[in-house]
Amino acid sequence: MMVRTFKTAAAPHIRHPDDTSKIMRDVLIALIPATIFSGFIFGWYAWILAIVGAFGGELIEYIIIRFFRKDKNFVPDGSASVTGLLLALNVSVKLPLWAFLVGLIFALVVGKHVYGGLGSNPFNPALVGRAFLMISFPVQMTTWVKPYWPKFWMSPWDMVTSATPLALLKEHGFSAASKVSTFDLFIGNVGGSVGEISALLLLIGFVYLLIKKRVTWHIPTSYIGTVLIISTIFWLVNPEKFGTPIFHILSGGLMLGALFMATDMVTSPVTPKGMLLFGAGCGAITMIIRYFGGYPEGVSFSILIMNAFVPLIDSLTKPHKFGEVKQNG
Amino acid sequence: MKLLTFKGGVHPPEKKELSKDSPLENFKIPEKVYLYLVQSAGAPPKLLVEKGQEVKTGQKIAETSSIISSNLHSPITGVVEDITKMFHPILGAPSDLLIIKRTDEKDEWDLLDSIDFEKADSKNLVERIKEAGIVGLGGAAFPTHVKLSPPKEIDTLIINGAECEPYLTVDHRLMLERTEDLITGIRIIMKILKVKRAIIGVETNKRDAIDTLNRFAGNGIEIAPLKTKYPQGAEKQLIKAILNREVPSGGLPMDVKVVVQNVGTAIAIKEAVVDGKPLIERGLTITGEGVKTPKNIVARIGTPIEELIEFAGGYNGTVEKVILGGPMMGIAVPNTSIPTMKGTSGIVVLTREVTGSLYTRNCIRCGRCIEACPMNLRPNVLYKLVKMKRYDDAVNEGLLDCIECGSCAYICPSKIDHVRHLKLGKKVYRALRRGK
Ligand code: SF4
Ligand code: SF4
Repeated sequence: MMVRTFKTAAAPHIRHPDDTSKIMRDVLIALIPATIFSGFIFGWYAWILAIVGAFGGELIEYIIIRFFRKDKNFVPDGSASVTGLLLALNVSVKLPLWAFLVGLIFALVVGKHVYGGLGSNPFNPALVGRAFLMISFPVQMTTWVKPYWPKFWMSPWDMVTSATPLALLKEHGFSAASKVSTFDLFIGNVGGSVGEISALLLLIGFVYLLIKKRVTWHIPTSYIGTVLIISTIFWLVNPEKFGTPIFHILSGGLMLGALFMATDMVTSPVTPKGMLLFGAGCGAITMIIRYFGGYPEGVSFSILIMNAFVPLIDSLTKPHKFGEVKQNG
Repeated sequence: MKLLTFKGGVHPPEKKELSKDSPLENFKIPEKVYLYLVQSAGAPPKLLVEKGQEVKTGQKIAETSSIISSNLHSPITGVVEDITKMFHPILGAPSDLLIIKRTDEKDEWDLLDSIDFEKADSKNLVERIKEAGIVGLGGAAFPTHVKLSPPKEIDTLIINGAECEPYLTVDHRLMLERTEDLITGIRIIMKILKVKRAIIGVETNKRDAIDTLNRFAGNGIEIAPLKTKYPQGAEKQLIKAILNREVPSGGLPMDVKVVVQNVGTAIAIKEAVVDGKPLIERGLTITGEGVKTPKNIVARIGTPIEELIEFAGGYNGTVEKVILGGPMMGIAVPNTSIPTMKGTSGIVVLTREVTGSLYTRNCIRCGRCIEACPMNLRPNVLYKLVKMKRYDDAVNEGLLDCIECGSCAYICPSKIDHVRHLKLGKKVYRALRRGK
């Protein structure tokens, strides 16, 4: 009898084939349509931002981990690419590349690695980066260019600037904002941040993630649902001042935020119930900022604020342990 | 029809097709058997034989030493060659081992007398089960006579035919091929517990077993088709699915008037009572992509794994791990000289393709482990607390409710080893508490 020796390791000895890097890869894939589209609207520079974001993010993270945290065994997981790409999609094409890179480094260092890296950061790193850029480069971040479908060969410096529909609403009321048709809002033929404009393509990307079971429907549904309810009430009160519900759902960063930023697993609740609460909070804060705040748009701040409530939501929505309530059969 | 089930759980690839159509085969009587003194949960039994002593098949060689403990019998006819120590895969440390060697071709049985269970009383039947050294054959190996003497009133017996671990098919074969013995075993247990109702829970991936059993149903025995989902066969989940009763946290099935017995155990009970046979052999599946011809076999307890792998055609491909039990809760053995035990329901030989890479990353808070946990715990939180050595907080979070099913670690995209840490956490917590 030939005895053979083998590895021992703890059970379970089989694992589900999904892993973190596959999830990140699929998030990147889901964002590709909206990214490609943005170049046709805002010119080739939008693509440069996206590519620098995706590759630069991973490179910066590698440097942080390899040289500052001195972890030699690190295998990139793609999460920094997701952060980089999302940051690129959240800026205006008027932002210079060096400023974008500063924002990206800030996002990864202050938004993620000071907390210990993937999984430990309370705030969505891309939104931390965006908030930093909003404060440091307020003009470049909020100067929007007119859409130029399909002139991808144009550079952003030659483009005429224009206000976003949400800014128009805030300053001039709904009759000014509604010059942009609902159809243009839906497909994304409007001004705004690089990747936020096409509700349609963002939805397609999200459906891909749903089909691949990478995300659940809870956060986007409650987020958008809450926006729908609140905007309907206000619309009934004063349609000229507050605009239509469909306008609010399709404009600004709502789709990008609800589908891809609020759903970041690390910075959102872990249970379905918690996710519903979280989405509702995001929706309510977004609308409060849009109606009453100093900025025309409130998506990213609402998500950052709700990120801070995640530990509380998690403890409020803790599942009932099996057998915790004594039952008599 | 809505199938019975519980909340949570996972769907690992079943891999039952590898062995489910191979009828039970008798493995030859091994030349030598290696018997750990510790074969079951509880205290090790007291040794009754010495080195050099001749023993018969079925002769009692060790005797219960405390309430939770079980008798041990010689699986073969021969002499006690040695009493030594060897690494015990379940205890994770060296432990007492008896080596019994055959001296010739004889297989002389030392049988007990047959009992007419219809006429016998409950106490005598339990005594017989204790005498025959029967333990739970589903894997946990808890002494059966203890489980069958509940201090509380029982109204339902549940027979676990879920066999929810991937790869294993021996219970499936037993239900198909030993149906009459199974039913007799169930009648004996019903008699012992004085219950009028017994329900056999079977996952619907064993349709043929459900159909066969249905022909024997009646007179208080029912068949409950269950959804195929892991861990459907875990006691608490099984009871929840079949009777919608929830065993309270920290409690036992008897707290909801239920006793659960595994299919194989019921058959062993029939053999002990009607045929007078002590527990010296058992059915097991030897399977996995890593063996050439997966089989279901009946083998004497204490057979070295290597011999069984040879019997299944030998190794196939790049073998990475050999598991005692199923791949979700079983134990990977360091080498194949390790023998089978009373609780060994199968040997699963896994290739590198199946085990995959286990590069652990940080938790990304995806929540999948929470959704998968059949005990509704938060495995990610438990894991963190144990890692931070906050054992009391972990216990408040439900550490002791964890049934170590492995659903959380199975589903985790960051390949976190929850179960290893939670088991360790329990151990440390208990040790600390004893120290106080
Ligand atoms: S925490 Fe325990 S009971 Fe829950 S899934 Fe993990 S191993 Fe199973
Ligand atoms: S499944 Fe893994 S990554 Fe997801 S929450 Fe649980 S521990 Fe974290």
